[in-house]
Amino acid sequence: MLYLELLVQGLIYGCMYAIIAVGLTLVYGLLRILHVAHAGLFTLGAYLGLILTNATGSLFLAMVLSGTTVGLVGMAIYRFCYKPILHKPPYVALIASIGLFIAMEEIFRLLFGPYGLTYTKVPLQQTVHFFNMNLRAVDLVIVFGSISMLGVLSWLAQKTRLGIAWRATVDDPQMAESFGVSVQKVRYLNFFIGSALAAMAGIFVSLLSNMAEPTMGGVPSYKALAIIVLGGLGNVGGTLIASIILGIVEAFGTIYVGDFLDRDAIAFAFLIIILMLRPQGLFSRK
Amino acid sequence: MGIYELSLAIIVCINIVLALGLNLITGYCGQISLGHAAFFGIGAYTVGVLAKAGFPSAVCIFAAILMAGFIGIIVGTASLRVRDDFLAITTMGVGFLFLGIIRQQEGLLGGEMGLSGIPTIGFDKPGFLVIAFIAVILCSALSLYIKRSWMGFAFDAVATDEDTAKLLTVDVAAYKLTAFALGTAMAGLAGGLYCYFTRFIMPDDFGFLTSISVLSMVAVGGIGSVPGVIIGTALLTLLPEMSTFLSDYKLLFYGAMLFAVMRFAPEGIAGIGTRVVQIYGRRGDAK
Repeated sequence: MLYLELLVQGLIYGCMYAIIAVGLTLVYGLLRILHVAHAGLFTLGAYLGLILTNATGSLFLAMVLSGTTVGLVGMAIYRFCYKPILHKPPYVALIASIGLFIAMEEIFRLLFGPYGLTYTKVPLQQTVHFFNMNLRAVDLVIVFGSISMLGVLSWLAQKTRLGIAWRATVDDPQMAESFGVSVQKVRYLNFFIGSALAAMAGIFVSLLSNMAEPTMGGVPSYKALAIIVLGGLGNVGGTLIASIILGIVEAFGTIYVGDFLDRDAIAFAFLIIILMLRPQGLFSRK
Repeated sequence: MGIYELSLAIIVCINIVLALGLNLITGYCGQISLGHAAFFGIGAYTVGVLAKAGFPSAVCIFAAILMAGFIGIIVGTASLRVRDDFLAITTMGVGFLFLGIIRQQEGLLGGEMGLSGIPTIGFDKPGFLVIAFIAVILCSALSLYIKRSWMGFAFDAVATDEDTAKLLTVDVAAYKLTAFALGTAMAGLAGGLYCYFTRFIMPDDFGFLTSISVLSMVAVGGIGSVPGVIIGTALLTLLPEMSTFLSDYKLLFYGAMLFAVMRFAPEGIAGIGTRVVQIYGRRGDAK
């Protein structure tokens, strides 16, 4: 029974990691940038979702509005921050992105206060019985919400003209461009979708802990970096599997090695071990 | 100089030693490290534990340098397996791993509460400043010497194009490990001094933000340039202290500065300096 509960806990965290990491891996696949500021968008999404839910009383409306706004902010970040430095060595974009993230965290702290905000009435707190386990409705929403969002994403990528253009650009930007694909449009779209997903993840986390705070982006973001590296940078399928694996490893790790490593350290220990064994990540296309 | 100015000067010196270490790894040898604070922490905790056990300060500092350098070589072997972005993430992971281990060791290392009651180094503040200053001189001299030596040339080759360097029979692995050993040893020295200076250390002093601060000092100063790094470090350490406005918004300032420098002048202060010299030089030619 304990195993099953740990597995379900791992799955919930894994789904959350997956929707954060997918945006990150999309950006990496397209631009070869480690987009640390993605975590800032995650926090922004959580704040907007929480404030809008409190204001309108509808979680769904808040998610839609928050996702759209954060998506647009993500596009602005690409336009004003990354586009001008794409031709520079990779550490330039990485450091710029870290700087941007730190600045964003501070702006949230100054705007919304250092102690975080809470929901006036927390949605989805009903208890649901599921295979002898007591789960909260929010747990189920996270798992099924994430899976359906990723399902839609995969349908977009496989079946639509847009998705085909997007995959072509990831594979070979120059070839795609000479076949008439607008690389710029693809990149904007990419940032929009990735950032909107990060906002969803942010709202999920704020629902789990009934809180949105300035520093909430920190640890999940660094973990998301670990996940996309594990998944073989830029590989969407690998990223999803790596997210779930990491969620489960953490859930079991906190029980069995929690005495000498905390949750984050377990994640990174796992990352380092895997990378030393397979430097190209768990799932690499090469 | 009052006590406050003395303390500031000491902190600047410690940060310069720390930043020069990262400059060796990232600036000279091109290996990005996002976990430099871990080695700073290893140095500090080594001194903390040994000093509390009663060892003389010279032994403690020496042990801190050795310990950080030794673990630096182990972590450096990661750079033989993974490159660029993968290495950045791996070293970041090392930083988190270090923190995770420290936090859970309540007996020896004080866990979340940190180590307190560390004995003094045996000098007063001005004496401490002299020691810290000597450390800066030694590390700068070593950095400048390496830059001009055959090793600096090899580092440059590894940083520019690893595969070509290997083809030209440069022993890439050995040079990478040397860069990590020297750079992390400097971080260990800085950590040891820091521990004796504050006499109270906590896990949070050596977290990811510290790694990023050091990286920003190097990047703002100019990656690979010793004078640039020294100026950048002094600037980023002192500016937040000089005005209360900046100290309230310290992190916002750091973040914005880091972003602005990378976005508009990726070569940092050293790059701006070179550009100014070039412009004036050209004017001189025209005459």
